[in-house]
Amino acid sequence: MQQINGMDILRPIAQTGKYFAMMGHVFSRPERMRVFLKQYVKEMVSLGTSSIGIVLLISVFIGAVIMMQMALNVTSPWMPRFAVGYTTREILLLEFSSSVMCLILAGKVGANIASEIGTMRVTQQIDALEIMGVNSAAYLVLPKVLGLMTMMPILVIFGIFAGIFGAFLTCWVSGIVIASNLEFGMQYQFDEWHVWASLIKSVFFAYIIASVSAFFGYNVEGGSAAVGKASTDSVVSCSVLILFADLVLTQLLMG
Amino acid sequence: MIELKSIYKSFDGREVLHDINAQFESGKTNLIIGQSGSGKTVLMKNIVGLLEPDKGEVLYHGRNFIQMSRREKKRLRQEMGMIFQGAALFDSMSVLENVMFPLEMFSADTYRDRVRRAKFCLDRVNLLDAIDKNPGELSGGMQKRVAIARAIALNPQYLFCDEPNSGLDPKTSLVIDELIHDITVEYNMTSIINTHDMNSVLGIGESIIFICEGRKEWMGTKDDIFDATNEQLNKFIFASDLLRKVKEEHEHERKQPRQ
Ligand SMILES: Nc1ncnc2c1ncn2[C@@H]1O[C@H](COP(=O)(O)OP(=O)(O)OP(=O)(O)O)[C@@H](O)[C@H]1O
Ligand SMILES: [Mg+2]
Repeated sequence: MQQINGMDILRPIAQTGKYFAMMGHVFSRPERMRVFLKQYVKEMVSLGTSSIGIVLLISVFIGAVIMMQMALNVTSPWMPRFAVGYTTREILLLEFSSSVMCLILAGKVGANIASEIGTMRVTQQIDALEIMGVNSAAYLVLPKVLGLMTMMPILVIFGIFAGIFGAFLTCWVSGIVIASNLEFGMQYQFDEWHVWASLIKSVFFAYIIASVSAFFGYNVEGGSAAVGKASTDSVVSCSVLILFADLVLTQLLMG
Repeated sequence: MIELKSIYKSFDGREVLHDINAQFESGKTNLIIGQSGSGKTVLMKNIVGLLEPDKGEVLYHGRNFIQMSRREKKRLRQEMGMIFQGAALFDSMSVLENVMFPLEMFSADTYRDRVRRAKFCLDRVNLLDAIDKNPGELSGGMQKRVAIARAIALNPQYLFCDEPNSGLDPKTSLVIDELIHDITVEYNMTSIINTHDMNSVLGIGESIIFICEGRKEWMGTKDDIFDATNEQLNKFIFASDLLRKVKEEHEHERKQPRQ
């Protein structure tokens, strides 16, 4: 009964249980605050700062493309002149800068975390930590989770600005829309809460990315093939969970 | 002293360890020998608590490790050093940072004292000139030596070595074996060493248990090993021609008592 078409139907439930058991170990007081802070700063740099480049690049392009799509497909003579700017801003703020950005980062950061921790597992570095009496889950995972949760809102802010810059860039370069119209639309009925909602969502997504991919890495069994599988699995799971969380959070924050 | 009382361990219904009893004394190099796949690593993992036995007791100075609270286990683990089959150095850290890591986590010393202690341990394994290298830049033997330095950084009471000289040439193996033996005697540690290297067995085998297919088949010292009658053990030891010749000479000498 446990197996249907060769698929273990209880596996996801067991995995979820294991995930929460691990997180129980992760959220414990760090053994050495000094060591923890060092790791925390290191992770902020390696997970956050190193992603700024890709965030800026993608955001500029997406901002430009959204603006262009709006200009080409939404405008018509009887649409108000702020339509393009307004819709571009809303899409950037509400969905792109947090959810889509985090989906992309789930690929970059998630795979990175899963393979790093997975490699430590298969080369027995995690066993070495355990033998020393170190709480390996807390030592390895907590700085990553908190580091990414700290950096993600900052990345989102960078993303928003880069997106807006991208929109203006196409405006100046191609002249599809007059820049002052775009500017007017961008400022039309601006609701600050949308920015906050985006930042709040991104913190949750950061938690999902860091903890889920760390979970897959931490529980690798076998060799390098298993590490590879763990990093793909983690990206898939993170993406699905982010989309699901987006649904729930949007309802909670905007509804 | 570490004692094992009838340890059993199975994976998915396949028995890997069957009724293992043993005593490992302090100040001695205790060897666990056996063929590849006989269950040495699994036994060691059971002793250090990386795996939990299905049945049986692991006693550290008479206290049952398995029933200890998490805090007690943690405290005991700070008394343990382990050298893994693949060295298991932290590859995101330099050699010095690797050796300093246990000190960073658990010692109350000042930074300067921690560095001094780490350098002392690295000097002990003759690696002072590799301090700033990354583990990836070291040879296998050097990695093992860094692992030894890291394991002894906190002055442990118990030292565990899983095949400390697998993949090393005979000369380097000898250096590592002697290092482990010297450290053990120097600090009166309880050392347990997994090996299938006959050179180590004859070199540092002060107390040996032989495991075959998860069962303890024989125990003794390096001096009795040539006289052992256990069939499995003889198959294991005399797999090489060289040792067979050594045994023949050994028996020959016996038959002709010195005049
Ligand atoms: N986690 C595990 N799950 C299932 N089986 C395992 C596991 N670990 C070890 N085994 C099995 O236990 C047996 C003993 O393995 P072990 O690693 O202890 O051998 P070993 O004596 O250390 O060999 P070697 O000298 O090659 O290191 C092997 O048959 C192995 O397949
Ligand atoms: Mg082994």
